[in-house]
Amino acid sequence: MRARAVKLGLRSWVGWRRGFTSKADPQRSGRVTAEVIEHLERLALVDFGSQEAVARLEKAIAFADRLRAVDTDGVEPLESVLEDRCLYLRSDNVVEGNCAEVLLQNAHRVVEEYFVAPPGNISLPKQDEQEPFSHN
Amino acid sequence: MAAPVKRWSCVGKRWVLAYIDGGSRHGRGAAIGFTSRRKRGQSSVAQQPLITAQKSRKGEHEWEAVVGLEIHAQISSNSKLFSGSQVHFAAPPNSLVSFFDASLPGTLPVLNRRCVEAAVMTGLALNCRINKKSLFDRKHYFYADLPAGYQITQQRLPIAVNGSLAYSVCVGKKPSQVSTKTVRIKQIQLEQDSGKSLHDEPRSQTLIDLNRAGVGLLEVVLEPDMSCGEEAASAVRELQLILQALGTSQANMAEGQLRVDANISVHHPGEPLGVRTEVKNLNSARFLAKAIDFEIERQIHELENGRKILNETRSFDYKLGCTMPMRDKEGKQDYRFMPEPNLPPLLLHDTASLPPGADPQQVINIDWIRERLPELPSETREKLIQQYGMLPEHSFALLNEVGLLEFFQNVIKETRAEPKKVTSWVLNIFLGFLKQQNLTVNESPVTPSALAELLNLLDRKAISSSAAKQVMDVKRGNPRAINKLMGLVRKATLSRADPTVIKKILERKLSS
Repeated sequence: MRARAVKLGLRSWVGWRRGFTSKADPQRSGRVTAEVIEHLERLALVDFGSQEAVARLEKAIAFADRLRAVDTDGVEPLESVLEDRCLYLRSDNVVEGNCAEVLLQNAHRVVEEYFVAPPGNISLPKQDEQEPFSHN
Repeated sequence: MAAPVKRWSCVGKRWVLAYIDGGSRHGRGAAIGFTSRRKRGQSSVAQQPLITAQKSRKGEHEWEAVVGLEIHAQISSNSKLFSGSQVHFAAPPNSLVSFFDASLPGTLPVLNRRCVEAAVMTGLALNCRINKKSLFDRKHYFYADLPAGYQITQQRLPIAVNGSLAYSVCVGKKPSQVSTKTVRIKQIQLEQDSGKSLHDEPRSQTLIDLNRAGVGLLEVVLEPDMSCGEEAASAVRELQLILQALGTSQANMAEGQLRVDANISVHHPGEPLGVRTEVKNLNSARFLAKAIDFEIERQIHELENGRKILNETRSFDYKLGCTMPMRDKEGKQDYRFMPEPNLPPLLLHDTASLPPGADPQQVINIDWIRERLPELPSETREKLIQQYGMLPEHSFALLNEVGLLEFFQNVIKETRAEPKKVTSWVLNIFLGFLKQQNLTVNESPVTPSALAELLNLLDRKAISSSAAKQVMDVKRGNPRAINKLMGLVRKATLSRADPTVIKKILERKLSS
């Protein structure tokens, strides 16, 4: 995943480097800052609960960085390993649906035939108040 | 008559502070010395003898407003963009939802051919370049009505780019003073719609209905070539007519099939563009222009008073008639775009590049679609003008009402009367009658044949124009008119016809 993301942004080797180092520069320190971790946690709701997890992330980034040794000048980025496959086109017919009962069984709370959600997004608590993320 | 009020007003492409009749934008001031300005090769705007400007006021500034639009049109298809559940407006909650729409693990997107065709047709109609290869991406954000946590869209390489949309605006008080403008189309992309949230404030909860989740949308991005609410509204209206003519979307704003977001900023002429705000929830044709103009005026007001404009998202409050910052939109969103890993690139062909022996169901030929494009509103109007010697503004009016053009053409078929007469009757008397009774053309008690016959009588001079109008009066439910009509018929038949027979014939004709 990381490898693919690297290739995606790559227009030129230099351009990519400049873009990446604005967030964290593993070349220089190999460390991912607490600020970046918090930002990632908010965006993806992934819990980097421990220093171990952060260290693992840094190792993964360093591993992917080895791709930079490859000269990709003039090479079209790979967007999908499916790029040689044909995108199947489905006919415009109604063949599914009508299973509200089954779907609603999955819901924690239901009102008539609606799923129930909180009134808005619940913000992740700030770093100092952080606890393991849990649904209410 | 209210006292004159100082308001920011749009004159041509400029926003100036001027005295206008209180409450109305277009007062009855004398012509003023504003010269028309050419901007970016667009047709020049005639002098606007609409408002009296207070030129001597110290510190009076001129502002230019820049308006761009993102329009989402629901594709008219039987099933959704990536799944086989039905697309339908009113249905029991969560009854039109497949496992994929509910984002259950293990489900995969399968692209609907009809949606691709709709996108190609729309791109061609809007003079776009159709990308033979386009890609799908994931746009991530959290919201309860987006079960997957991402929307499948086309951010990197959309299906159509670099088009244009021509529309007309009134440039003077007279309806004949119209000017054609063009707005560039940045791109058209295919994307998924989200489900619907019903906010239940008292119980502090939101009810989610996923019937709409996964419905195919065409996002049409208009470049910021527009300068006020009226231009934006006209462009949207023309796009609506095009989509309806193509059949790619019913584009009914009331049913949520057409939704508009506006990006608005202001700046002094010659200076760089200002900070823009995004105004969402513009879902009513009536309020579109109002909301945009309000936001322009708000921004000018803020800047004139030394404050700054925040790059934020606002929504339009219809009841209060103003834009408000939206909650839940804190800071700039990071959508973490990534390629949709489950969909290979979408490849389209033209006649020259058709792979031999390919399954026709699996191949889309742009040339084939182009050859079968229906007639666009601009072509229809041009034909009306050429065929019937109609004025341009009449051709616009005929296309502006659902079913009116067909009605007009049916009357023309059955009547001997001159087209100009028919046009005048349909647009003034017939349409006026419908508006008064609050009816659509399809609900009209007057059929095209009836009107054609009436016009024939008029043409033969069997009845006078006022008598014909009175027939309409009778339809309006005015019984005294029947007697007047009887008198006229008796005169016309030189009193030889039997009055009871006349009455019977009239009643029969009028009730048909």
